[in-house]
Amino acid sequence: MNTSGDAATTRGAPIIEISGLCKRFGDFAAVDKVDLTVERGEFFALLGPSGCGKTTLLRMLAGLDLPTEGTIRIDGQDMSLVPANRRPVNMVFQSYAVFPHMTVLDNVGYGLRIDGVAKDEIRRRAEEALDLVKLGGFGNRRPDQLSGGQRQRVALARALVKRPKVLLLDEPLSALDAKLREAMRLEMVNLQETVGITFIIVTHDQSEALSMATRIAVMDAGVVQQIAPPAELYEFPASRFVADFIGSVNMIEGRVEAAANGRIRLACPGIAAPVEMEQDRLPAVGSTAWVALRPEKIDITKEVPPEPGLNRVSGVVEEITYLGETSVYHVRVAPDLPLIKVSSANLDRVTRRAFTWEDPVHLSWTSSCGVVLDR
Amino acid sequence: MEDWRRGRSAFWLIGLGPTFWLLLFFLVPLAIVWLYSFAELRGLVDMEVTGTLDNYARALDPLYLEVFGKSLAFAGITTAISLVVGFPVALAIVFAPPRWRPVLLLLVILPFWTNLLIRTYALIAVLRVRGFANFTLEWIWEQSNTLLSLLGLGSYQLLGERFEPLELLYNNTAVVIGLVYVHLPFMVLPLYAALEKLDRSLIEAALDLGASQWRAFMTVVVPLSMPGIISGAILVFIPALGSFLTPDLLGGTDSQMIANVIERQFKSANDWPFGAALSFLLMYLTFAALALRAVLARGRGGI
Repeated sequence: MNTSGDAATTRGAPIIEISGLCKRFGDFAAVDKVDLTVERGEFFALLGPSGCGKTTLLRMLAGLDLPTEGTIRIDGQDMSLVPANRRPVNMVFQSYAVFPHMTVLDNVGYGLRIDGVAKDEIRRRAEEALDLVKLGGFGNRRPDQLSGGQRQRVALARALVKRPKVLLLDEPLSALDAKLREAMRLEMVNLQETVGITFIIVTHDQSEALSMATRIAVMDAGVVQQIAPPAELYEFPASRFVADFIGSVNMIEGRVEAAANGRIRLACPGIAAPVEMEQDRLPAVGSTAWVALRPEKIDITKEVPPEPGLNRVSGVVEEITYLGETSVYHVRVAPDLPLIKVSSANLDRVTRRAFTWEDPVHLSWTSSCGVVLDR
Repeated sequence: MEDWRRGRSAFWLIGLGPTFWLLLFFLVPLAIVWLYSFAELRGLVDMEVTGTLDNYARALDPLYLEVFGKSLAFAGITTAISLVVGFPVALAIVFAPPRWRPVLLLLVILPFWTNLLIRTYALIAVLRVRGFANFTLEWIWEQSNTLLSLLGLGSYQLLGERFEPLELLYNNTAVVIGLVYVHLPFMVLPLYAALEKLDRSLIEAALDLGASQWRAFMTVVVPLSMPGIISGAILVFIPALGSFLTPDLLGGTDSQMIANVIERQFKSANDWPFGAALSFLLMYLTFAALALRAVLARGRGGI
């Protein structure tokens, strides 16, 4: 996915450098002291729940909102207060914002017309851009004759035709139906590799971010919680918010009894034996911490697993969610503890699955399959 | 709608009243006036419908054609000024914070709550020689003179020996000012309706693609608010064309509009047939304007 081996990508300063960026509306900070760099050729995602400030951040990159504080450097130049029409970035709007009174070709050529490019060249480049987004031959259509997916392609072509240094995409897939959305993810990644332009995408859909982006910044309440590649974000979340927001997670609260040499021992109420985990970053002894465990990392068995050194707990299956390729078992381990989710691949037909409601089961996990979080 | 069509008797019963009203008080009087336009005067008050076209022939006399031309010019200029003044007003209301919008719209339609005659007299009080406009200008003149004296330039009388009040009333300018004042809300309201529906992200997209504010306005805002511009222009142009109170009170001897001539035929000149012919010519002119608009709209893809 990464284009770093490509000869076209020049190494150098990061394409986007954001430091101490704030946007306040009265007392409310939509974006609060954000520091962020995006490298050339990255497919970068801003991920977070609605209202977390990701769209405001994107609009500040586009120049449609101006920051209250902090700086934005694009390709080394300070662009913090430069208006939208003089920035080398282009945007694909959530509503696509395709001009309804112009043909598809005129829409795509709009930015070039503004720049005073010669007529023939506008036509050639606009048609090229339409081919790129697989809309060749649609040039004379009017936007009201297009489907939602096609309008989005027009918006993409219109932004790409100006060869921006960075392409900004605001929830580009949210208005498409599920099947089309899946297909577009792959297409966007391919498109980004073809054009070699840095993409910054805003999304609230974690699976979208995980499947498309090379790096993801998770935001909450105007603050960046963690910036990491998808796998790192999933396996090593830095906070309970990130762990909970990305995928599904079991959060087991406990008190740190010992922490040394990369090993942590926690006493967790409701679980008889102390929970032992391995991790470089050690929480303070005596503090409260949370063991974050992904449902697919927990083993569920009828018998007590024989291997030594495992964390174990027993419980009763209370609920089963059937998801097709997997089933999620919700296991009650203690009366006042939240149910522990365990997902297990449905390797056999569901009529012959190993566990059913009210079955007593044993859960086990290794000491390296989860993380201990102290915030 | 389907249910309405099925219950025919109820439909007719409800429709009958308004139909009867329109027939009796709109179409019949209009038909009578139309007949009068083909009549000849008999003596002082009587007239006879003879089918003569003399009234129309007289109405096409250069004297009256000039008045028609002048009326068209007044109405056209009024429409143009209303558009230029009304567009920023409508834009300002649309972009105002949502809680301010109802208040601002109320301010636009507030003049409707006062009688036209009173508003026109108020305008006279503003524009006349000893009026508020001249008072303001005189005040500015005095302040400027004081400032010049302070700068040591008082003795040169750079601004003239004394303040000369401007002749703002009883001329064509006064008529246009009055017409714009009266008709501006009819321009602002349809423009507001059109601009309010405009998706803001379209303007942002234009800016994002490199357009200046002005270019974005001309290439995106104006074309997309064309339905509002056309409605507003019609709503201003047609009543302005038939105005008679404004030119009567604010105009000079040479700023008479066609409606003033018509009024005189019906009242002082007591020549109803000729007045009727002029009225219908004015109506045909209005129809022509509407037809022109329809043709223009079809050429642009039927807005």
